[in-house]
Amino acid sequence: MALLEVEGLEAQYGWTKVLHGLAFAVEEGGITTILGANGAGKTTTLRAVCGMVKTAGEVRFDGHRIAGRATEDIVRLGIAHVPEGRGTFMQLTVEENLRLGAYARRGRGTLAGDLRRVVEYFPVLGERRGQIAGSLSGGEQQMLAVARALMLRPRLLLLDEPSLGLAPLVVREIFRIVRAINREERVAVLLVEQNAAMALDLADHAYLLETGRVVMSGPAGDLKKDDAIRRSYLGY
Amino acid sequence: MTGAGVRRAGVLAAVAVACALPLFVSNFRLFQFTQVGIYAIALLGLNVLTGFNGQISLGHGAFYALGAYTTAIMIDKWSVPYGWTIPVAGFLCLVVGFLFGIPALRLEGLYLALATFALALAIPQILKYFEHWTGGSQGIVLSKPKAPFGLKLSPDQWLYFVTLAVLLVLFWLGANLLRGRTGRAIVAIRDNPIAAQAMGVNNALYKSLTFGVSAAYTGVAGALSALAIAFVAPDAFNVFLSITLLVGIVIGGLASITGAVFGALFIQFVPNWAQDISKAAPWAIYGIFLILFMYAMPRGIAGSLRLAWVRLARARAGTGRAG
Amino acid sequence: MDIFVQQVVSGLSTGGIYGSLALALVMIYQATDVVNYAQGEMAMFSTYLAWTMINAGLPYWVAFFATLTVAFVGGLLIERVVIRPVERAPLLTIVIVCIGLLVILNSVAGWIYSYIQKPFPSPFPEKPIQIGNVFFGAHDIGALGVTLVVLLFLYVFFRYTTLGLAMRAAAQNPTSSRLCGIRVGWMLGVGWGLAALVGAVAGMMVAPVVFLDPNMMAGILIYAFASATLGGFTSPLGAVVGGLLVGVIENLVGTYVSFIVTELKLTVALAVILIVLVVKPSGLFGRVAVHRV
Repeated sequence: MALLEVEGLEAQYGWTKVLHGLAFAVEEGGITTILGANGAGKTTTLRAVCGMVKTAGEVRFDGHRIAGRATEDIVRLGIAHVPEGRGTFMQLTVEENLRLGAYARRGRGTLAGDLRRVVEYFPVLGERRGQIAGSLSGGEQQMLAVARALMLRPRLLLLDEPSLGLAPLVVREIFRIVRAINREERVAVLLVEQNAAMALDLADHAYLLETGRVVMSGPAGDLKKDDAIRRSYLGY
Repeated sequence: MTGAGVRRAGVLAAVAVACALPLFVSNFRLFQFTQVGIYAIALLGLNVLTGFNGQISLGHGAFYALGAYTTAIMIDKWSVPYGWTIPVAGFLCLVVGFLFGIPALRLEGLYLALATFALALAIPQILKYFEHWTGGSQGIVLSKPKAPFGLKLSPDQWLYFVTLAVLLVLFWLGANLLRGRTGRAIVAIRDNPIAAQAMGVNNALYKSLTFGVSAAYTGVAGALSALAIAFVAPDAFNVFLSITLLVGIVIGGLASITGAVFGALFIQFVPNWAQDISKAAPWAIYGIFLILFMYAMPRGIAGSLRLAWVRLARARAGTGRAG
Repeated sequence: MDIFVQQVVSGLSTGGIYGSLALALVMIYQATDVVNYAQGEMAMFSTYLAWTMINAGLPYWVAFFATLTVAFVGGLLIERVVIRPVERAPLLTIVIVCIGLLVILNSVAGWIYSYIQKPFPSPFPEKPIQIGNVFFGAHDIGALGVTLVVLLFLYVFFRYTTLGLAMRAAAQNPTSSRLCGIRVGWMLGVGWGLAALVGAVAGMMVAPVVFLDPNMMAGILIYAFASATLGGFTSPLGAVVGGLLVGVIENLVGTYVSFIVTELKLTVALAVILIVLVVKPSGLFGRVAVHRV
């Protein structure tokens, strides 16, 4: 049984249906990526898993049905979502952002330890602890967003286009840290990306989305070698 | 039948009923319906500004008062025939509204609401201050105009038809304005002012003009109310009037022409029903009505009708749609 | 000079009350973009509840804290029960619901307690306090003190507690807050509860001066609007400072400017509102909203 299992997932915004029956899975401790062009429905997929849009279909986390439940409750089960645009609390400090990440784990007395761990992965956040989050650079805000998600001690990390708007070097650094987190903390990752090359390097398993449907899936290595993918999404 | 067809049929039916109304209601009831017509004109004015153009005004009672007092002063001091006072009131409010719209350009949402709210609060005091013109707290008493050409109509009936005629003309003008390019520009400014400007819409001009037109409509309504009630006094134009107008457009439906009529019916009759239900705390009943209405129809009566129509259309077309 | 100091202190006292109500308005506005027009009536109703308790024989401070509790719970319930159904509705719809609430509270208070003014006790002694050569009303100083203590508690709560942080987060960014597991709906409820609590304090401090009647808070609400406008609707600190300033200005103008008759009582508030909106709409401490295209 996979950690996250999705079957027949449909989602709509108002009257417009965006996802037409998706099926995919994320294994315990694995890294799965969902690729696709703009408008394919990648972001909507992550939001559907978190209960942020109107959905139909089956979503099971660790065997429990989570489809239809409120976002706050889904998060408390151990799913951390780094949203598109990062969702940083711009007017609060870096440290306050991190503390909020651990909100769902209140009372488990590990705040100081969690902060230390997270700063180990992202030293720059330690330096900027007291700074207002809105004044951080794009790359730093992305790191803050991932760190905030980590504070939850999640079992599954949802990453929505972490490379968006960032310089390649910064992106590489963030992906390196994500791989480390996956290995050391045994956190499963569901990564949504437009940057297919980097995503396929990182992931074990990959799905290709086109206008709300899965059109291809398999081990990341296979997709990387596939001609059609190479031409359309990897550019060579 | 198409949506437009249904709408046209509905309008014609409503106009027919309105014309026939004096035949089967009492004079007092007719007076109430005249007031509904007056409110409808005022509400259309406010709706153009707040619903269509997104500028929130909590002070439209001021223009209502300006229109009413213009009529009253012209008749009382200069014996102007009442018919002429209506367009004069409208034009005066157009100019004043436009001028008010210019500084209002700098104020967004909440701040515009605050400024207009402050204006509404000041109105009774300003009216009492200029005693020489306005008659101070005592106000000005007028006499109800009689039907011309020896028509066999009571003053109430005559005023009802005058109001109805003015309403039809103004609504027809308003509908044409709002359904054309101007209307689209006005709505574009509400939805995305930056994009509208980028497309070449002169935001400042349109916003000020909209303020002016909105004030003109409300001023005409005020003028008609002075004639219908035959009396103006400062305390009738306090902040509650402005709040009542706002309630009217939200209940009736923002950005809707028919909404103005629904809203007018609500603000005229529901307070009376509330009083019938409870003599001791009628406003509590009114408040409950307000809240329940908003739960049931968050987008107003017109909004809910529109939504129901869309749902009906989708249900009919639904079977043919792919995935 | 003595009169000046007296009037300033007296002005600070009423200013504290304006500032408290303004703070309640700003708290809810920041979280929801809605101005709660019923804030004054909620405060008035809470004060009547206190009056009922005191009349039933409860000691003042017992009634005071009991009222704060009832006000908090009441505010929370109003948000969860009355406002929640229209949470996602257009802004003006929520405004109409607040107006409905205002009208209901006012009418019910009038029905239960009648419109006859009632005296409301002050917990502070009648005798004026003498500092140097100047005499200060004990109630003035006491009310100011109580107001400042309440505001200090709020400040500590929001700045230094986890719940306070979660509430600030929920007000600024509800979506991200949900992703942190924060129950945003309940945070709003607590916010309304605290606003109601602050309003109740304001009501109980002002009632001894203006006497208790259902329309008692109407004028004060308008001064609260003036205070929030002056301080900046986006700044809680601004609301309080704005309140203190408006209170002092009102008192000084009333004392030194002769043509402000009681009939033009509201004139100072309206003048403040209009002047601020013409000169700097965002107020002293408010942030100017920058729109990203």
